[in-house]
Amino acid sequence: MSTIADFKTAFMPNWCPGCGDFGIWGALKNALLEKGWGPADFCTVYGIGCHGHMVNFLKSYAIETLHGRPIAVAQGIRLANHKLPVIIVAGDGDTFGEGTNHLVHIARRNVQATMIVHDNQVYGLTTGQTAPTAQKGFKTKSTPAGVLEEAINPVAIALAAGATFVARGFAGDIPGLAKLIVQGFNHPGFAFIDVLQPCVTFNHVNTYQWYREHIYPLDSSHDVTSRAKAFEKALEWGPKVPTGVFYKIEKPTYEAQTPQLNEVPLVEQDLPPKNLQTLMEKFV
Amino acid sequence: MDINIKVGGEAGFGIMASGLLLIRTFSRGGLRAITTNDYPSLIRGGHNVILVRVADHEIFATDNHVDLLIALNRETVDLHKDEVSKGAAILFDGESFQVQPGDFTKPVNLFPVPLMKLAKEHGGDVLMRNTVALGATLALVDFDIKYLESVVKDQFGRKGDEVVQKNNQLAQSGFDYIKKNFPQGFNKKFTVSAAQTKKQMVLTCSEALGLGAIAAGMKFFAAYPMTPINGLLYYLAGVAEKTGFVYKQPEDEIAAINMAIGASFAGVRSMVATSGGGFSLMVEGTSLAGMLEQPVVIIFGQRPGPATGLPTWTTQSDLHFVLNAGQGEFPRLVLAPGDVEEAFDLTAEAFNLAEKYQTPTFVLVDKYLCESYFSVDLATLAEKKVSIERGKLVSEAEQIKEVEFPRYQLTDDGISPRPIPGRKGGVFRANSDEHDKWGYSIEDGPLTKKMIEKRMKKMAMVEQEVPAPTLFGVKDAQHTLVGWGSTKGPVLEVMRQLTEQGQGELVNYLHLNWINPFPSIHVRELLSDAKHIIDIEGNHNSQMIDWIQVKTGIKITDRINKYDGRPFFPSEIIEAIKKYS
Repeated sequence: MSTIADFKTAFMPNWCPGCGDFGIWGALKNALLEKGWGPADFCTVYGIGCHGHMVNFLKSYAIETLHGRPIAVAQGIRLANHKLPVIIVAGDGDTFGEGTNHLVHIARRNVQATMIVHDNQVYGLTTGQTAPTAQKGFKTKSTPAGVLEEAINPVAIALAAGATFVARGFAGDIPGLAKLIVQGFNHPGFAFIDVLQPCVTFNHVNTYQWYREHIYPLDSSHDVTSRAKAFEKALEWGPKVPTGVFYKIEKPTYEAQTPQLNEVPLVEQDLPPKNLQTLMEKFV
Repeated sequence: MDINIKVGGEAGFGIMASGLLLIRTFSRGGLRAITTNDYPSLIRGGHNVILVRVADHEIFATDNHVDLLIALNRETVDLHKDEVSKGAAILFDGESFQVQPGDFTKPVNLFPVPLMKLAKEHGGDVLMRNTVALGATLALVDFDIKYLESVVKDQFGRKGDEVVQKNNQLAQSGFDYIKKNFPQGFNKKFTVSAAQTKKQMVLTCSEALGLGAIAAGMKFFAAYPMTPINGLLYYLAGVAEKTGFVYKQPEDEIAAINMAIGASFAGVRSMVATSGGGFSLMVEGTSLAGMLEQPVVIIFGQRPGPATGLPTWTTQSDLHFVLNAGQGEFPRLVLAPGDVEEAFDLTAEAFNLAEKYQTPTFVLVDKYLCESYFSVDLATLAEKKVSIERGKLVSEAEQIKEVEFPRYQLTDDGISPRPIPGRKGGVFRANSDEHDKWGYSIEDGPLTKKMIEKRMKKMAMVEQEVPAPTLFGVKDAQHTLVGWGSTKGPVLEVMRQLTEQGQGELVNYLHLNWINPFPSIHVRELLSDAKHIIDIEGNHNSQMIDWIQVKTGIKITDRINKYDGRPFFPSEIIEAIKKYS
């Protein structure tokens, strides 16, 4: 059995005191313990943003990619080794600024991975410009007169793209978020979890207090197998904001539909293949 | 003896298919053949042309004159009448359109054949007139039709015996028509002896790149469709399942290279393929691979730019682009094959270099190589022993000895032992931020310096294994042509023709196919000994001249350039050389 100490590195987080990243970090570690995984049992794929620093604070197989690209890298890992669980840790800029295209496509492919999006509505690492999830009118350094666009709706996008597990968590509710993440781990397919997260330095609207006043958990009356009901809930943003699992169904994964990915992952298969001569003869 | 056969007609007439049937037929009969195609970026309509050069001796390129023109429409005559050589044969459907000897600037022999009528009489439709024309062509050069029948059987066998029979009947009808109405045929004929018929492959360099990748044990391939790498994409997609690797068509080229990096990180040999526009999207990924020290092979098929350019034509104008692609300083290895055999060898080599030096490695080709077909002895590829060198990839036993594995350990050669995820220990991280030996992010000055030096040390190491380039021809020729990649074929053809004419002393050729690392010492030596150097490249700026100057200090001033989207033709190279004589 692994313990929380197994994930410890020599570095302490350099996030601002009170940052929502701490909550997500804690919830992820709790979920890993709950799942029974040690640092060598999975691979974490990070984007670029404050969240990406987690590569230094969580010991595991890991790769920190480029801004917007963790989803693409994660799929390459899964296809090379479909026995290795993959966790994508990304920001709202990664996922809805530069990487939206990748999100849409991993969702419709249903490649198995758990994706945790740090959604704080601002770009923290570059010191507080607007993020695609910022609410209309939100004032930042890059939008001094307020954001003119409508906010991206992460849950609705994931649903529309065909994700088979769609959830929303809150960084201020560590036990609740850990539970969602474990459900993501256990989901046989692409699991998308948007995590509402205060940025204590650059977002003075969506604070812990704001979230505590506005969020409410979806209860058992919500039918998680109904995409229509999930959409209905996804469109709620005020006066109340629902959290929890919006949608969950099972469909064959991309890996399961690829015959080359059988019992033995590609990484363990012999190279080169045995049919090279036959392939050459075909050209005669 | 050799003949240039041009087949022309509207897109959708089966022009490309006809050319392929012809090259396969001649190759099966023991002749050497090469085809090149010209087509617009359209699906239907527009003019399609395929040129088949066939010979009873070794050939290295097609040429721009036509000895036998198969005109499936009148436009083919109008567009190509000036290319036909003296005494050329013109095969056309005399019942569909008129052709007169006076249409041509040189005397020609007209062979009107009622292609459509014969097609209909033998149970085909008008779209099958090209099959009739193929039979007629073989009769004109007196080539045994049984080779066409065997090719048709292989090509259409899957569609059933009836389709095979019908095609053979149509070809036979064209063959018989010529034998009956023009018994003298064409003045050039091929006789085939049984001894000549050793097994030959007919393939494009795209397919050779694919075979090279398979031979090297590639397990993951991602490519977004784009001319001219689609041939490679179709080939690899078609054999992926039975061969045991994954081809993934991603949402864009950005995803392609990032997926390939992910697959490489997870421990498999991975590859992407694209052209200039697509590679523009892969540039940040190339830099990522450089920083993560992740091997990845990038097949780059050049086509004329800027922007969308001439999508279906050829060029060599992206040399500087690949040599400099991506932010920051890191080793970018670049190989540039010049023919089928080099495409196979250097692709396999690229996988070894990428893994040994843990850095992105390019195979730079172009539309001419990717889409032209060449006949090559089966033995040339089949007897190769491809060695697979995975460099410092560590075993599971070694890796799991460590709780945490130092992925970026500083070593004498700059190359760190490389672990992979998914084992039972030795966790590590690959990090796109500057990092310490453990992969943890750093911003410390002295360590940053060490890490940059570590990555660049690999360049010094790989430079030690550059082979000497080949100097083709006599040592002290009047002119030394210097070229790279696809220029090889046309230049060797020039030298073959000159030698045949007793002018073998006029030209030799320095072929560069290792671009980075570059064989600086050899090139400096060879060029210092040369009487007169001429750089030859399919681009406007003579990009290799700059690179040779950087690498050797030698500044070449005389140059031959071509940048109209067409490959070099031997006759125009000879003309250009003679200007310097």
